[in-house]
Parts: sequence; structure tokens; C-alpha cells
Amino acid sequence: MNPVNYLYLAALLFTIGASGVLIRRNAIVLFMCVELMLNACNLALVAFSRMHGNLDGQIIAFFTMVVAAAEVVVGLAIIVSLFRTRHSASVDDASLMKL
Amino acid sequence: MENLIALLVAAPLLGAAVLLCGGRRLDKAGHWLGTLLAGASFAVGLALFADMLGRDADDRLMTQHLFSWIPVEGFQADLAFHLDQLSMTFVLLISGVGTLIHMYSIGYMEHDERRRRFFGYLNLFLAAMLLLVLADNYLLLYVGWEGVGLASYLLIGFWQHKPSAATAAKKAFLVNRVGDMGLSIAIMLMFTTFGTFAFGPVLGAADETSEGRLTAIGLMLLLAACGKSAQVPLQSWLGDAMEGPTPVSALIHAATMVTAGVYLIVRSGAIFNGAPDAQLATVVVGAVTLLFGAIVGCAKDDIKKALAGSTMSQIGYMVLAAGLGPIGYVFAIMHLVTHGFFKAGLFLGAGSVMHGMNDEVDMRKYGALRKHMPVTFVTFGLGYLAIIGFPGLSGFFSKDKIIEAAFAKGGTEGWILGGAALLGAGITAFYMTRVMVLTFFGEKRWQPDADGHAPHPHESPRSMTVPMVLLAFGSVFAGGFFSIGDRFLGWLEPVTGYTHGHPPVSALTVTLATMVVLATGVAIAWAMYGRRPVPVTAPRGSLLTRAARRDLFQDDFNHVVLVRGGEHLTRSLVYVDHTLVDGVVNGTAASVGGLSGRLRKLQNGYARSYAVSMFGGTAILIAATLLMRAV
Repeated sequence: MNPVNYLYLAALLFTIGASGVLIRRNAIVLFMCVELMLNACNLALVAFSRMHGNLDGQIIAFFTMVVAAAEVVVGLAIIVSLFRTRHSASVDDASLMKL
Repeated sequence: MENLIALLVAAPLLGAAVLLCGGRRLDKAGHWLGTLLAGASFAVGLALFADMLGRDADDRLMTQHLFSWIPVEGFQADLAFHLDQLSMTFVLLISGVGTLIHMYSIGYMEHDERRRRFFGYLNLFLAAMLLLVLADNYLLLYVGWEGVGLASYLLIGFWQHKPSAATAAKKAFLVNRVGDMGLSIAIMLMFTTFGTFAFGPVLGAADETSEGRLTAIGLMLLLAACGKSAQVPLQSWLGDAMEGPTPVSALIHAATMVTAGVYLIVRSGAIFNGAPDAQLATVVVGAVTLLFGAIVGCAKDDIKKALAGSTMSQIGYMVLAAGLGPIGYVFAIMHLVTHGFFKAGLFLGAGSVMHGMNDEVDMRKYGALRKHMPVTFVTFGLGYLAIIGFPGLSGFFSKDKIIEAAFAKGGTEGWILGGAALLGAGITAFYMTRVMVLTFFGEKRWQPDADGHAPHPHESPRSMTVPMVLLAFGSVFAGGFFSIGDRFLGWLEPVTGYTHGHPPVSALTVTLATMVVLATGVAIAWAMYGRRPVPVTAPRGSLLTRAARRDLFQDDFNHVVLVRGGEHLTRSLVYVDHTLVDGVVNGTAASVGGLSGRLRKLQNGYARSYAVSMFGGTAILIAATLLMRAV
């Protein structure tokens, strides 16, 4: 199979993620869209790695996964505390630094 | 002996410090202390004079170096004194006349509760004036110059409760500042030209300096002299300065301080000799002022203001003589000394008359005082004869020499200057006769003062008449003493230099012409004021009289040109400040404010809108990168 198709898939996934970030209000959904964008990037990196015949891209993909895991931990904690204080998971409600 | 020079300045300075800081405890003895210290200064001056006379003419310069005042590399100013024949002449005049006037003031200021302070100021003046003539460099001279300006300000405004006195003091100070600026510029120019301002090096190097430089320095020095000596165009303060107590008018505004300008020009003779244009400006200033002062003096009814006009005119003679160069320097100083005697005597006489007439100054309300104040009459009369140049008296010798020297300038210039000096002598005779006749002759025109007290003229106390008598001696004999055998010429020549001028007509003709002019002036004045009764209120008078009463519109001129001009200038500057400067500043602030108001709207707190900007920005960056690659 032509590896370029993976790149198309990655672009599609990234676009879906980006649109979700821009359109949706729910913090959890937003969060998942961010993950989707990250994974689209991973896919692209791996595809490039395959196309160019070196392993750099695959190694970077591992780093991305580790960073994404750490991000999930911090991000979810923020979302939980946001929900506790404002009783809502909408990002538009949290437009001020104060309550 | 040389170590005594500092004492000349130190004695009155000590007096000023003690009297001004001592407080009321000294009220009883303050005037004696002040007079004693002025006398001490005079005594030291006499001792130094005796020592100087004992030396050869070439060896008469005495110097004393106290300490280095501003020791900076390339900029050396010393506190050092320079006593030569010229300074000596001034020292004796200042401390001698000064001591007499201190004595006079004891009586004159007897009823003034601030007499101690008055003597403190007088001592301060003496110290500053002596510093001015003893300084051995221009910077130290400037200290004395400013010092006499300060003392003059304090003394003119001594009766500061009178608004007119306070204003006059301010006016004198401000006009003097213009002249002082000239002196400070001259000193700066000297420093850039010669690298020093000590008399020796500056005046010694003057012949090797370019004429342009010398002219610039000379003109600035002339401006300084105009300010201090009340010469046109900075003459307007002297008439108003008569608001001060009469002894002040006699000492500062007649005999000594106002002659500082003449001293400055004569002292800087080497600079003027190398700058003919500056000399021409000097003689023009002198000639114009001598006529200006004389014309003003003719119309004033205030006895002190008439004498002030006369002072201006006589100093005009001195400046004229000083501007003639080596032909005239000696005679300028000689007239200065004789004028010091007779003008101080005249002012003290005027003070004595005022003392007896309830402080009335209007001569139209005097008359027939000769029987009531015999001593004042005789001393004033001798001063009068001296100033108009009656043969044999002081003014005759000194003024005649100046008129001769003016003719000796040569060419058309000589005729014009000589003619002006001659005419001035005639007008002098006129206005002084007028003062004399109005005050001492005619019938009584005495008026009760504001409180309704009729005046009871009486002779003044001994402390006032003794100085007047001594000054009258000087007025009578000084000129003859100086002139016979050319004593004064021989004394000053080593310092100022002298070349004998040859007038186009013989000296005898000049003298005779002076006598004729003088007699005409006296006769006209007698015809106008002696033979006819004098009205108590001044008649309207001719156009010239009215102009002269207003000081030939000097104040109106200053008001229109300088005050109004200054106001317009400041107003337009304020306008520019409000519109242009403030406009730029306010405009910048407003545009920054408006821009930030717009930018603030981007910071709305919605995370997704930040995300849009981020995506948009990234998209633009990528597009730009791709575009650059494609190109």
C-alpha cells in the first residue's frame, strides 16, 4: 500500500481534531480532539519515517505519546477542578480568571 | 606693606558681617562700628599710598596673593590683589568719600530704627567696591561687581515699605543684570582667547590678538560698563535709584559705584586700544549719554533726580574720555575723582536741605534757603561752581581737559564729539544754576507737608555738615592740585599710558569757548528762574520739557519694545507650547489609548478564540513558507 495514503489519513484526522477544538464547547470533547490531533501527528511522523527509511520519526512518536500521557494527567485534573468550581464543563463559561 | 592690602577689603567686610549678624544688641553702637571700620580702611589706604609714593614710578605695583581660589588644570583663578596707581586712586576715593558718608549717615539716619542694618549694607558696599578695584583678575573683579550690585539693590530698596523704593530696587537690579551678562560673556571670551583672566597676561597679550576678538570683548565690556554706569541704553535705573536714602545716592549712585564702568574701560585699556570699533562705540555712548543726562536734568523738579541726570551726564564725559584711548584715560579718571568730590558734596547738600524741609524733594517748594542753611548753602554752592567748571575749581580742570581731548580726536569725529562735550558743558551750567536758584534764592515757596506741618528749615547737625565741608574742600582744590605740574598725569601715566592729543584749535580757544558756553547757560537759567517768580506747580512746558520730564521716554521705550515685546514673545511661546508641544504629547497618548482599546478586545478570555488565532497564525506561517519555497 502506498504510504502516502497514511498521510492523507493523518491530515483528515488532524482536521477533524482541529475542527472539534474550534467548534465544540465541552472541555472533555475538546480534550479528546487535542488527543486526536496529537495522534494524527504521530501517524504522519511514522508514515514519513517509513517513506524516508530512517527511524527518527518513529522515535519522536514515542516521545509524543509520553508527553500526551503526561498532558492527560494534568489536563484532566484541571478539567475536574474546573467542573467542581463552576458546575459546568463548558470552556466558554471559564472566560474569566476569577469566578 | 603689601600684606596690608587684604585689610582694605577685610575691615568693611568684617563690619558688614558683624552688623548684619549681630542683631539688636548692636543697635546702639552699630553706626560707630561701621564708621570706624570704614575709617580703618581709609587709614590703611593712606598708609599704602604713602608707601607707594616713596617708590619709583616703575616699582609701584603691589600685589598680594591670598590663596588659589579655583585651582583646576587649565582654569586658574586666584584670590589675589593688584594695587597699582589706578587702583590706589580708587581706593582712596572710595574709602575716603565712603568714610565721610558714613559720618554723614550717623546724623541723617538718626531717626531710622533700622540704622544698624543701613550701616551693615554700607560696609558691605565698601567691601565689594574695594574688591572690585583691587582684584587682580577679571573673575574676582566680577565678584566685586556683583557685590556692589547687591549692595546697591539693598540700599535703593532700604525703605522697602514704600512700593516705589521696592520697585526702583528691582528695576536697578534687573537693568544691571543686562550689563552683568555682558561682563560674564567678556570674561568667557577672554578665557577662550587668552586661556586666563588675570590682568597681566590678558592685557599683555592683547596686541597679538586679532582685532575681531578684541572688538567682541571690548563691546561686551562696554555693555557691562553701560549697565553699571547708567549709560545709554541701560540708563533708565539711575533716576529711580534716587528712592534710596540720600547718603546712598551720594556714595553709590554718584561718587563710586556708577564709576565702576569707567574703571573697567580704563583698566581694560589695552583691549580697547586694539579695537577701534569698540572705542568708537564707547565715545558714541559717552557723547549721547552726556547730552541725554543733561537734558533730563534740566526738566526735573525733584532735586535728587536733577542731580541724578547730572551724574549720568558727567559719567558720560568720563566714558567719552575713556573711549578716546590713551589721549583720554587719565582725564577720565581725573574727572571721576573730582566728580566724586563735588557730586557727593552736592548730594549731601541736597540731603541736608531735605532734612530741614520735612523730606520735601520738589525744588519748586524750596526757595530762599540760603539764610536758613548757611553751611549747606556755601558747600552746595562750591560744589555747584565746581561742577559747572567755574575757573579755578575742580570741574574746570578736569572737564576742560576732556573737551580738549574730544576735539583732539581729530577730523569730523573730533568736531562732533568736541561740540557735544561743549554743548553738554553749557547745559550743565543751565541745569545746575536752575537747581541752585530754585533751592537757595528767590522767595519762599514752602508748603506744609501731608500732615500739615509747615517746614522749619534749620542747619543740619555737625555730623552732617563736617563731611559736606570736607567734600567742598575737595571740590575746590582737587582739580587744581591734580593739574598744576601735571601731578595726576605723572601719577597715572605708567599704568594707563598717555599720548598728548593736538586739538585743531589751541587749548586756550577751547577753554575760552567753554567759558562762553558756560556763561550763556548760567545767564539763560538766571533769566528763566532768577528774575521771574517760580510757580509752585510746574507749568505744562514745551514739548521738549515734557519729554525730558518723562526721561525722554526711556521707560516708555523700554515698556513698548522690551516689556511688550517680551510679553508677546512669551505669549506666542505659550501658544506654541499649548498647541504644538502639548498637541504632539496628547496626540501620542490618545492614539496609544485608542489602539490599546482595540487590541484589548482580542483578549476576550475565550480559549477557543485564542485557538482560532493560533491556527490562523500557523496557517499563515505555513503558507508563507511554502510560498517562499515556490518562489
